[in-house]
Amino acid sequence: MPETFRINVNGAERVVTAEGDTPFLYVLRNDLGLNGPKFGCGLAQCGACTAIVDGEATRTCVFPLSAVGNASVVTLEGLGTVEKPHALQRAFIAEQAAQCGYCINGMIMTAKAFLDRNQHPTSVEIRQALAQNLCRCGTHWRIIRAVQSVAKGI
Amino acid sequence: MNPNSGTLPFAREYSRRQFGQAAAGILLFFSMNPGTVLGQIAPGKLPVDLETNKRLDSWLRISANGTVEVFTGKVECGQGNITALAQITAEELDVEFGRIRMRPADTSHSPDESYTAGSASIEVGGSALRYAAADARVSLLEMAAAKMRVPIDSLTVNDGVISSSAGVGRVTYWELASEGILARDARRDVPLKTNSNRHIVGTSVPRLDIPTKVTGGEAFVQDIRLPGMLFGRVVRPPSYGAQLAAFDDTSAKATPGVVAVVRDGRFLGVVARREEQAIAARAALQRAAVWTMPAELPDEARIADFFRNSTDAQVMTVSSRSSGAAAPTAARSLKATYSKPYLAHASIGPSCAVAAVENGVLTIWSHTQGPYPLRTDIAAAVGLSLDKVHIVHAQGSGCYGHNGADDVALDAALLSRAVGGAPVKVQWMRDDEFAWEPFGAAMSIDMQASVAADGSIVDWQYDFWTNSFVMRPGLPGGVNLLAAWHLAQPFQHAPPGEIPLPSGGGDRNAVPYYDFPSQRITEHFLPTMPVRVSSLRSLGAFGNVFAIESFMDELAESAGADPVEYRLRHLTDDRAKAVIRSVAERANWRSGAKGDGTRGRGISFVRYETTKTYVALIADILVDRESSTIRVERIAAAADAGLIVTPDGISNQLEGAIIQGVSWALKEMVRFDRKRVTSRDWASYPILTFPELPEIDIVLLDHPELPPLGAGEAALPPVPAAIANAFFNATGKRLRDLPFDRDRVRAALT
Repeated sequence: MPETFRINVNGAERVVTAEGDTPFLYVLRNDLGLNGPKFGCGLAQCGACTAIVDGEATRTCVFPLSAVGNASVVTLEGLGTVEKPHALQRAFIAEQAAQCGYCINGMIMTAKAFLDRNQHPTSVEIRQALAQNLCRCGTHWRIIRAVQSVAKGI
Repeated sequence: MNPNSGTLPFAREYSRRQFGQAAAGILLFFSMNPGTVLGQIAPGKLPVDLETNKRLDSWLRISANGTVEVFTGKVECGQGNITALAQITAEELDVEFGRIRMRPADTSHSPDESYTAGSASIEVGGSALRYAAADARVSLLEMAAAKMRVPIDSLTVNDGVISSSAGVGRVTYWELASEGILARDARRDVPLKTNSNRHIVGTSVPRLDIPTKVTGGEAFVQDIRLPGMLFGRVVRPPSYGAQLAAFDDTSAKATPGVVAVVRDGRFLGVVARREEQAIAARAALQRAAVWTMPAELPDEARIADFFRNSTDAQVMTVSSRSSGAAAPTAARSLKATYSKPYLAHASIGPSCAVAAVENGVLTIWSHTQGPYPLRTDIAAAVGLSLDKVHIVHAQGSGCYGHNGADDVALDAALLSRAVGGAPVKVQWMRDDEFAWEPFGAAMSIDMQASVAADGSIVDWQYDFWTNSFVMRPGLPGGVNLLAAWHLAQPFQHAPPGEIPLPSGGGDRNAVPYYDFPSQRITEHFLPTMPVRVSSLRSLGAFGNVFAIESFMDELAESAGADPVEYRLRHLTDDRAKAVIRSVAERANWRSGAKGDGTRGRGISFVRYETTKTYVALIADILVDRESSTIRVERIAAAADAGLIVTPDGISNQLEGAIIQGVSWALKEMVRFDRKRVTSRDWASYPILTFPELPEIDIVLLDHPELPPLGAGEAALPPVPAAIANAFFNATGKRLRDLPFDRDRVRAALT
């Protein structure tokens, strides 16, 4: 049976009514109208659906709504806007770190959670942090450069 | 051809009539990739796409508010072509880049530019837009000259402001805009801007679409939300030839939120109020459907045998040249056989479409590469006239060719129709995409060359076996959309065909760019397709260039020659030589340097489609004998794409193609058993990951005085040979079968 959940997304309390086992991805996209998290595989293999849940980069395609609880959720939209982009978003634009851009939500959100823990990573550490995020266009080096430029405070 | 040889699912769907047609001569799709080069328009001619869409206001609209709307039939697939087309238009029209508004392709008004494919957006689409902009500019100047009563050649333009050198006044495009001067056909022989006057083309303008994409804006078809929109999912058969033996939709219908369960022959689908409900209903329907699955597929490990034993191969001479009497004498000959497997596009985002019917018009938002060809096949499949089908392009995940984009458009149309035309968004699940996308065809290749006493090649014999690379929607003789084949009243797919050279399909780059006194290139075209196939980035070039460039290395080795010098010796085109020399210099190539058993380097070269971008690569690899794996440490590249419209854009495409090429070369192969495709997720179809990345170093040889050349796919074909040649350099062993995975590396080393 559908239940009503009060969740905190991008700094605002939101009320959604859905089955508790609904993958959080569909709540973010369809109930809250967010475009950042993307459906890629539904299997937690590619990372396109990543959002940050209480500081953890989380694959929302396999994360049930009922598990969100009181956690603070941040999506790509919660970082910044075209007018006021977050440092990572600005870096991805500066490095032109996208081709199709479908995986980029996962890259930025995974990098955000990673950089919050490791502010001065090496290139190898960045590659390791993104090891479970798939990009098919071959934009990898631009993504690494963008993440590194934020880590260096550029 | 033997019409009874079709024991395989795709072959079985042919009628005898189609077999008869195909037997009369292979179908050639002449309209696939018309080659007109930007800036090289013959006197009295229009660029091809302008010739077929002559009205200037179908390309450009100049608004009183100071903006220029640009309509292109080309679509953004993540390659940055739309930004480059905006640059070309702004440049030729003499307006600042920020005034350009690019409009997505839409069959209600955009020029019909067929498919966005074959690295042709800039060469072909850019050529048409540039010419249309030049014509518009001249028209505006003519009007200004008449108004100001001054000669036209006394006028100059700066960002749409027309001034007279006589100082008699000025007028702007925006003031002249309302007068309908673009409501006419394009003229011939309009002068184009010379390269010394350019200030937008040739600069790295940031991509128009990236800010939206990195901030979660509405960028993709997946992000379209319409009032009252429902969610659909499809239930595909478990294999190509599976037949529905029993079907019970009780539990699917009982799933909360379900609005409709659809069955039409073997086409099954569900529509629900919420997306997760549609997914749950899909699962319920999958559990309740009983299928019979014939053992119909060949042994995946023996595709070359399957091809060569085929009784319906059509043998075609792709190129034949004989040296005549003055032929140098052959001292000895060399043979080798190469192969590539079926490869997947493997888009990160499964295909998606939104469909709705309003006032009898079916509108589909689709990430198709060809809105007009898609419209043709959708109209046929749903039984509507062309004017009742409206395709609007919306971006999807990168496609790299013909993936599920078109198929899901029909799925959405069928499911929308089942709910009275309400808007329905359908996205494929991961296994739908892997199991049902059309793959890039496998190839088997025999090479034989005769060489003179000095090692120079005197005769080149090349035979290859492959399926079609061209099964897109909009082709004659059938409907190339998946669901259409599964309906109770099924449609047949169009007979498989080829694309004429120089573009080519399976034979793309089968003709070597080297100059040999005598050569014969023969295609064994196999209309029987064990698995579904169509266009995958670079088509046959990936297999052909792998074989040619590997064999050139084998020949160089047998001649005791340096691989760089040996290639230069057989080339006459200075631009080809320049990219090879340039990459050799960049990578500090040392003639005669041998690998040490684990490290090695190899070179490879292509002129894409023999008319487009030149690329030479040098790969440095590390062979881990313990784990039987290859690590590509570094790839240096030199590319000559003529005039470079956007340096950063071309770098992005070349880097991406190289990384994708390394992934294909080391890891990728579509897996199937005797019944079904078994590559269904990222675990069963792994691709290159961040820790496996090679370093990439690209040198661009800019030629602003020359036309731009298609570049998006050009760096892919030379990748595997550069790696295989490096492997030989390191270990003395040849890798002749793709992919170079653990099994192949282990076999080569033992």
